[in-house]
Amino acid sequence: VTEGRRRTTGGPPTVLIRGGTLLDQDGQRRADVLVSGGRVEAVADSIEARPGAFVLDAGGCTVAPGLVDLHAHLRQPGREESESIETGARAAALGGYTAVVAMPNTEPPLDSAEAVRSVLDLATSAMAEVAVAGAITQGRAGVRLAPLAEMAALGVRLFTDDGAGVQSAGLMRRALDYARGIGVTLAQHCEDSSLAAGGAMHEGAWSSRLGIPGVPAAAEEVMVSRDIALARDIGGRIHFLHLSTAGSVEMVRQAKSEGLPVTAEAAPHHFTLTDGCAAGYNPVFKVNPPLRPAADVEAVKAGLADGTIDAIATDHAPHPPELKDLPFDQAPPGMLGLQTALSLALGQTGLPLAQVLALLSWQPAAIAGLDASRGGGQGGPIVPGAAAHLVVIDPTAQWTVDPGALASRSRNCPYAGWTLTGQVRHTVFAGEPVVVDAEAQR
Amino acid sequence: VSPFPTHLLSIDDLATDDITEVLRVADSFAEVGRRANPKVPTLRGRTVATLFFEDSTRTRMSFETAAKRMSADVLSFAAGSSSLKKGESLRDTVETVEAIGIDAMIVRHASSGVPAQIANWVDHCVVINAGDGWHQHPTQALLDLFTVRQALGGGDEGLARFEGLQVVIVGDIRHSRVARSQIAAYAALGAEVTLVAPRTLLPPSLEGWPVATVTQDLDDVLEKADVVSLLRVQAERGSGEFVPTLREYTSHFGLTARRAAVLQPEALILHPGPIVRGVEIASDVAELPASLITEQVSNGVAIRMAVLFLLLGRAPTPEGSRD
Repeated sequence: VTEGRRRTTGGPPTVLIRGGTLLDQDGQRRADVLVSGGRVEAVADSIEARPGAFVLDAGGCTVAPGLVDLHAHLRQPGREESESIETGARAAALGGYTAVVAMPNTEPPLDSAEAVRSVLDLATSAMAEVAVAGAITQGRAGVRLAPLAEMAALGVRLFTDDGAGVQSAGLMRRALDYARGIGVTLAQHCEDSSLAAGGAMHEGAWSSRLGIPGVPAAAEEVMVSRDIALARDIGGRIHFLHLSTAGSVEMVRQAKSEGLPVTAEAAPHHFTLTDGCAAGYNPVFKVNPPLRPAADVEAVKAGLADGTIDAIATDHAPHPPELKDLPFDQAPPGMLGLQTALSLALGQTGLPLAQVLALLSWQPAAIAGLDASRGGGQGGPIVPGAAAHLVVIDPTAQWTVDPGALASRSRNCPYAGWTLTGQVRHTVFAGEPVVVDAEAQR
Repeated sequence: VSPFPTHLLSIDDLATDDITEVLRVADSFAEVGRRANPKVPTLRGRTVATLFFEDSTRTRMSFETAAKRMSADVLSFAAGSSSLKKGESLRDTVETVEAIGIDAMIVRHASSGVPAQIANWVDHCVVINAGDGWHQHPTQALLDLFTVRQALGGGDEGLARFEGLQVVIVGDIRHSRVARSQIAAYAALGAEVTLVAPRTLLPPSLEGWPVATVTQDLDDVLEKADVVSLLRVQAERGSGEFVPTLREYTSHFGLTARRAAVLQPEALILHPGPIVRGVEIASDVAELPASLITEQVSNGVAIRMAVLFLLLGRAPTPEGSRD
């Protein structure tokens, strides 16, 4: 048992993170970190523990800014049997996250200031910062703009109809123009519904053999292409959610080289799993966009490596077992991701730790508008005075994934039985050690 | 020789030796079917359940007849009259049926892969795929092989003639579980398979399929064909949207009397049924001596008896240890 473990009352404790290697956007150095009052008080070679301080051992570990997930489905309100803000935030904290962006495809959807406020209220005691992505259109129906400015006034910086793309080019163009005026980013789930309709996995050799209706790569790519053209035409910042195909990555690469204000994310499963995973018809491998062939997986990795893709985002999408026991074509798409993303990013991308952390922490923090430049406290750097949102990672520790042992209310994790390398040892959120020795503290 | 698989979910589960064994065993059950009392005690005391979540006439009757001729008890489950209507899940339904104490579950479902999912859920019974979505319908392909082998002389002699046999499969291959099973089955016995369909009714990818030729020109391949196997245009699965009109389809891909006249005299015509006369096959062509459509149906019972025997008949009886 770690010395000084106790529940806090009356504000965050004094915490000393001792013996680790600091790694943030300013580089890597050996340092202890003293946290008090929710903020970093000191960063120095060696700091003495003051009496009553909560000491977190970081020996052999990397101390980094807390991870920031741009894409989590917390299912509240409406689908609390799958997940809640509390359980989703606990899973996030265990995964090293100190902030998650909650997607608006709840029931009802987060398409109004009232709905956003209700989620923010529910999140006040969560184990991570919960930012909200608002819907672009009312009811996510793709017909009329949602009140973006009213939601932006509550701090919403990202808007998306995620789960569906905005099908009308005309409406998307108008949304971009409006969003540009109020300084917010539109995040697009790129999927042309006329091409994707009825599809349950990637259209290709495996879908043909398995007799499962397919979603062609073009269903994603035509909307990436369209939105790049719209960004070029009218301006406005676009963030591309969960890119999954080689063609999409290449188009974003070109758009960036042109100087267009686009960013992109990729999900761990799209650089880890392939469409062949559907061979056993286990709906735990059904996800949207679908798992793609190896060439697309390699293209996503290349996009992460060369900076085309700015962020790794989980697309954490809990579903209860009864929905994942449906026939493959009827089961809802989505898989858990918050507790496995860091390990997969370390193990599958082949990138150095500093680049992995950029993709998981400070780059997504900037896209979400949660970083210091926007007045937020996420994504570092770890300097005196900064908000104490920190993660302590043991990059060599191995652990075996047991879906039943994850903090989510759901169990739809596709990595059951996998042994992963790299584990979150501690997470400090707003100065509070919410995860200590890989265990949630509340 | 590897053991016969535990479940029959796909033709791909069967080695070539398994396929020929099914055909050989079916020969003896076909003989049983010709007796005055076509019943054997092989599966006495065993219980076979048919779980048809999608409508079927011939396949269901064929399996149930097969089981009854082998003296098995038959439980019949139809989705329309079941507690599925009360909201019971597929998995709960399957586990309930298994708990009743059955030895085999014969499953048809409109969704590809459901028999494979069920095989993962059950502990004590074998699962036989009686058609799942667009995926597989293995006993249909086996009965097609049996029917062709019979027409080619039967026994090992008929079997040998599959080597290099020109098999032309025409129609909606994209949405066809029968085609996916047939192609693998014919190819396993050495036949050369040609697919004929409008591009939109072919699967998006044929990568790895044991197919010699793919063409949109039926007239070009009919002269050389030894077997022409027609598939239904599955209007209920939306395949009507994949061609401009049924008339256009028939004019290019239908086996009309004019096209049938081009066939070699010994060529065989097969259709898994149900037939849509006037679309994929002209009514008078369906009645030609070359047409084996009725034989296919009667052979279906023998093939399903063989499959039940190979999956169940040699396993321990219920009185013995199951595990």
